[in-house]
Amino acid sequence: MTGMQNRCIVAFDMPPINHPPPDTIGASAKLHQELRAIVGESNLLLAPEELRTYECDGLTNFRVVPVAVVLPSDAEQVQRIVRVCHRDHIPFVARGSGTGLSGGAMPVQGGIVISLARLTRIVEIDIPNERVVVEPGVINAHVTQRVAPYGYFYAPDPSSQSVCSIGGNVAENSGGAHCLKYGFTTTHVLAMDVILPDGERVTLGASTCDAPGYDLRGVFVGSEGTLGIAVKITLRIMRRPECVQTLLAAFHSTDDAGEAVGRIIAAGILPAAAEMMDRLSILAAEAAVHACYPDCEALLLIELDGVADEVALLVDQVEQICAETGAWELRLARDDSQRQVFWKGRKAAFAAMGRISPNYIVQDGVIPRTALPQTLREIRRLGAAAGLRVANVFHAGDGNLHPLVLYDRAVPGQEQAAEILSADILRLCIRAGGSITGEHGVGFEKREFMSEMYAEPDLQTMQRVRVAFDPAGICNPLKIFPRPRLCGEKPGPYAPHPLVTAGLAELF
Amino acid sequence: MMVDISNSRDCRSTIERLVGQAHVRDAAAKDLVEGVQPRWVVEAGSAAEVAGVLAVADAGALRVIPRGGGTKLGWGNPPRAADIILSTKRLDRVLEHAFGDMTASVQAGCTVAAFNRHLSAHDQRLAIDPLWPANATIGGILATNDSGALRANFGALRDQLIGVTVALADGTIAKSGGKVVKNVAGFDLPKLFTGSFGTLGVIVEATFRLYACPKATRVARFTVQNDDQLGRVLTALNARSSLTASVQIEASSDGVAAIVLGIEGLADAIEGKLREIVRAALDAHATREDRRIDSEASAERLFGAGDTCVCKVSLSPTQWPGFLTAVRDVATSAAVRWKVVGQAMGVGLLSLGGSDLERVYDSLLLLRAYLEKSQGSLVVLQGAGDVARRIDAWPQAHAALPLMRRVKAQFDPKTILSPGRFIGGI
Repeated sequence: MTGMQNRCIVAFDMPPINHPPPDTIGASAKLHQELRAIVGESNLLLAPEELRTYECDGLTNFRVVPVAVVLPSDAEQVQRIVRVCHRDHIPFVARGSGTGLSGGAMPVQGGIVISLARLTRIVEIDIPNERVVVEPGVINAHVTQRVAPYGYFYAPDPSSQSVCSIGGNVAENSGGAHCLKYGFTTTHVLAMDVILPDGERVTLGASTCDAPGYDLRGVFVGSEGTLGIAVKITLRIMRRPECVQTLLAAFHSTDDAGEAVGRIIAAGILPAAAEMMDRLSILAAEAAVHACYPDCEALLLIELDGVADEVALLVDQVEQICAETGAWELRLARDDSQRQVFWKGRKAAFAAMGRISPNYIVQDGVIPRTALPQTLREIRRLGAAAGLRVANVFHAGDGNLHPLVLYDRAVPGQEQAAEILSADILRLCIRAGGSITGEHGVGFEKREFMSEMYAEPDLQTMQRVRVAFDPAGICNPLKIFPRPRLCGEKPGPYAPHPLVTAGLAELF
Repeated sequence: MMVDISNSRDCRSTIERLVGQAHVRDAAAKDLVEGVQPRWVVEAGSAAEVAGVLAVADAGALRVIPRGGGTKLGWGNPPRAADIILSTKRLDRVLEHAFGDMTASVQAGCTVAAFNRHLSAHDQRLAIDPLWPANATIGGILATNDSGALRANFGALRDQLIGVTVALADGTIAKSGGKVVKNVAGFDLPKLFTGSFGTLGVIVEATFRLYACPKATRVARFTVQNDDQLGRVLTALNARSSLTASVQIEASSDGVAAIVLGIEGLADAIEGKLREIVRAALDAHATREDRRIDSEASAERLFGAGDTCVCKVSLSPTQWPGFLTAVRDVATSAAVRWKVVGQAMGVGLLSLGGSDLERVYDSLLLLRAYLEKSQGSLVVLQGAGDVARRIDAWPQAHAALPLMRRVKAQFDPKTILSPGRFIGGI
């Protein structure tokens, strides 16, 4: 799933390409030789056509071709690669499955990409202690598959879970529909072995609770690859709930549906998931996967889990609240297969937009849940003013919006209008007291919005952490923050390495 | 903030101008921090005042110990030096309770009990049950990372804290996180500050996600014959973990081990849940006890006695039986009395006491080594007697220590904040 579908590639501000100094060719050959010695001939990619595969992640409108891609097969190789980068001041970007939606894994000009796609071992499964130790390239859904026979699951479930990697989840602090109740990736990561930007290997956290010292594991999760590379991750798994019930409710308006969610929460009920779709996203989902959703203005998917007796009581309460707030159709999934059908439309919603619009932008913002009705009205107003349609799919329980701005690139000016509208929606979220991202990350895409959400001292305080981890500024630089680093710090501003050659790095 | 400080008298008068003369006083004997006598007590009235005091202290190289309710001021190593007690006593307001969003922002000096009283107006709560909630402040429980038994169900402080405002040593006031439960913009500094023992900055405000108050609660207490049986009962209870809000283990040198279950739920479902979990425990051959026990108080009772040392232990959940056996063995051979109040999920408090403190500490070190063999840890919270000074409250530092020192150096380069209290002498 990509953040911006089929969009033309736009230019952006990157440091200018320096002309290579005379020794570049020799240095470049030496680097290749060293990397080859570490990972082997077949795991070092240098050919331009191979490198292009890595020029962007799921956000395809920003692209940079790296000077090399290495595919290490174990943590020790990752460490040796990072040591070389550190010694020669070569910027690097770690990459999992490349499904990120904010450009977090976009290569840095003159840098290399360290792909973790070969680190796919599930190292240890400890069911009695509810722990699983994995390498970063392990696919999210594979963790649940491996522990399901024991009655367990791995809770974070981003929509891309069948392809995204745990390492990428750690970098982005991925959420998913069920994080309302179960928390995000950070809740479920107990410990990590990390290769720091200077090549040191350290363990952050522990497989036991409350590891003594600063909670650097908590800081590392969600740091979008800027603090190092996690090479071994200890996850907490959870016992599958005894009973799960999924309810689908159709409403005449998003206001009514929002009111229902508010009242459910106010009643002290914590659903495992509370998702909303508006008419446009329902239409798209129907066209794509035929989930047989009711033809309505707004649809809620509420999932309740726990002990059977209690869940039955909660379902009654939720049904009653939905009816009181104007739901005109209520469906309770009879069994697991019907539940899958309910979810199919929701999970396919982003990709389904292609059915109703040639192009679209996926936005990710958060608002306090109570600001939902007025924010949706504001979004409609902005959309109407821009002459564009906006579909809304979101995690209503925690106020995480995913407005999808629909447009047609063939219409002159529409793409630009869509970008402006999408940015204005983010500003709505900030004004409502929310956040510019709930799960997709800041990456490269939203760097400039950080200054709108946070004051300068807030950002400089975060930079202190970054400098402590990466004084040389080589680990996924140019991401998250509006500027590479704060003034007055020991290391200078990030500059492209002389190894950058016009032939190897391309700027679109 | 630029401060020209040439001597401590100037520092004090600058601070008095900042916070008002009435809010600065000479420290008394009761303000001792682990035997270290500070010079002044400063009660700041706003985040800006906290930051201002820190900036003055930083410029004058005065060492600052942040203090909330003072219930855990003894935790960690004694400070290398202390000049100013920076009290958050006056920062005691609940700033906002967005009950529709189930979030609330509170000043650091508000007590946990007062915060929860405020939230209960809308049947909501901070689902954290720390020690001494009537006096413990929000800033204090965050700094010491004191979550209680409910973490089994609701997560620990780190999971419920969604935003924090801190004053740094150089007088910077910085926010991180926010007021929405889902937010991945920027680094997660609320987690960095949780459990940092006042060494990185002073927490002045915090925002939490909240939970609904339970409609009904029950407590059930069971005893077990031996450590093996304890293990079997814990396994059986874990298989039905959706029935319990907390599973607490209580054991001591003078009695059989007990398991105390906290159950929460809907009024119409609570008896059914209780019945089911009792059946699960009885099937695993636990013995039901009717005695009504306040499980929070049992943890608090570990502290207090002058010849008793209290530690926080972390271990894998399945290690509980083995650990209790180890405690029994070590303590018996050293003639040391002991108590454990632990959470089944793998964290707890251990007290060791006796007239011969050398033996108490020898036992402590043996148990620390036992836990560290399998990624567990033991941190001394309350030391006892002079021996306390010879033993590091924190485990031997690990590979991440240099990184932790670099973080500390970025936040507090002159080491004015709680110097020496934390791991590795930080």
